[in-house]
Amino acid sequence: MQGDLSRPSPRRATRRKTIDVKHYSLWSLFREGLTGHRGWPQAWRSPTPKPAYDVVIVGGGGHGLATAYYLAKNHGITNVAVLERGWIGQGNSGRNTTVIRSNYFFPASAAFYEFSLKLYEKLGEELNFNTMVSQRGLVTPSHSRHDLEGARRWVNAMRLNGIDSEMLTTAEIKRMVPLLDTSPQARHPILGGFIQRRGGVARHDAVVWGYARAADALGVDIIQNCEVTGFSFEKGRAVGLRTTRGDIRAGKIGLAAAGHQSVLAAMAGFRLPLITYALQAFVSEPLKPWLDVVLLSPATGVYASQSDKGEIVLGGGLDLYPSYAQRGNLPTAEHVMAGFLELFPTLSRARFMRQWAGMTDVVHDSSPIIGKAPVDGIYLNCGWGTGGFKAIPAGGWTFAHTLAHASPHKLVEAFGLDRFISGAMVDEAAASGIAH
Amino acid sequence: MLLITCPHCGARDENEFSCGGQAHIARPGPPEAVGDAEWARYLFERDNPKGMHFERWVHRHGCGQWFNVARDTVTHEIKAIYGALEPKPDLP
Repeated sequence: MQGDLSRPSPRRATRRKTIDVKHYSLWSLFREGLTGHRGWPQAWRSPTPKPAYDVVIVGGGGHGLATAYYLAKNHGITNVAVLERGWIGQGNSGRNTTVIRSNYFFPASAAFYEFSLKLYEKLGEELNFNTMVSQRGLVTPSHSRHDLEGARRWVNAMRLNGIDSEMLTTAEIKRMVPLLDTSPQARHPILGGFIQRRGGVARHDAVVWGYARAADALGVDIIQNCEVTGFSFEKGRAVGLRTTRGDIRAGKIGLAAAGHQSVLAAMAGFRLPLITYALQAFVSEPLKPWLDVVLLSPATGVYASQSDKGEIVLGGGLDLYPSYAQRGNLPTAEHVMAGFLELFPTLSRARFMRQWAGMTDVVHDSSPIIGKAPVDGIYLNCGWGTGGFKAIPAGGWTFAHTLAHASPHKLVEAFGLDRFISGAMVDEAAASGIAH
Repeated sequence: MLLITCPHCGARDENEFSCGGQAHIARPGPPEAVGDAEWARYLFERDNPKGMHFERWVHRHGCGQWFNVARDTVTHEIKAIYGALEPKPDLP
């Protein structure tokens, strides 16, 4: 009987009326459950590229897809294509450690990342897609007196910026994370710390798929397996792209290619203040629930959370030489594991199942670049370094505005390329989470 | 794990070394003739290629000497190691 239900029956398929299940709901799930889940349509189309678009976005990760969605939703620009070299979410959007937070220091970054976190809080409803946002709290322990003083200053700065944060004692941290080694003889003793309770995690694939599906429903063409090989110019202005699926003309071009942004820039004839590094992440075998916050320990160079499946999702610092290899090297892996075991000696027998690396585009001041490129007709969304995932909603929102109005959104005015000439850096080295 | 042959000490593990970024960057000058845009290019803009990269390394936990490495940023294969003041080797 079960076999019957799972096998598609051609007779029933022809009799079946097309039911609109484009809107995901408990009712549509129930109705599909009665008929073997055969009525779900594809979440987005796979269109052939048109010869021309008003806006072409290069990079089908979170930022590119969110930009396309907000171009259509907020600005009514629907003649938009997103070009992706592989498949959507194949790059950093599927390779991060899924942390969302807004614990930034300077007003410009705090306003931007807080806006992003607020968009995340409503993203599931907005996209009609379960993005599995879980605001379980982000705990940052302090391992020395200087760490502790830094944490107090950080917490105060966050509060002045109107963002929730509070100091924790060692006992409070121990209550939240009992497996943490808080003994005085620990290699990295814990003297206290702080928490952003609204910080947490979201399902990274769901964010990509949610934006893709919602953008597609508004008319955006998502073109996968389409690599950009060059640009075409008229009177010094970029007016189109050469791709592996033919030439495409574009009113405006938005580049959101993360680690590969410098490669695109070189094709268009300019350079960027970016260096591409590998950032590794690791996933353990599933364990019983033991960690219900996100733990970020800058001193040991480790951040960890536990997924719904029970795996420890673990990240650390960069492999500190330029790399486009999506794998990472062993010395860094060993360093991250060592730091993790200093915090949780009990877990020395846990085994890791998977390891990978994302290509991060690191900027000297650890702040992003959103705005006009040195070449007319091209706009940039890059420089997210090690923390692009949490910025996806606000990055898309402000980049869409920047493309639509040909001038930066007020939240990203501080993040233009001109800051490297004026010297007005937004040096977020600490809040970027992990030392570069 | 990279095995890097220090010109002074021989082949050692990568954790003895630190990468100092792109090599062969000429400081513009004289300073009074250099504008803000040119300083920004010198200080911040980098080639960041996908492929052959000419970069500076220092044997930090060894002899402390700087030298240059030609390395592929995709395969991490080291194609040449040469002195800090020597010109770029002719590599594809």
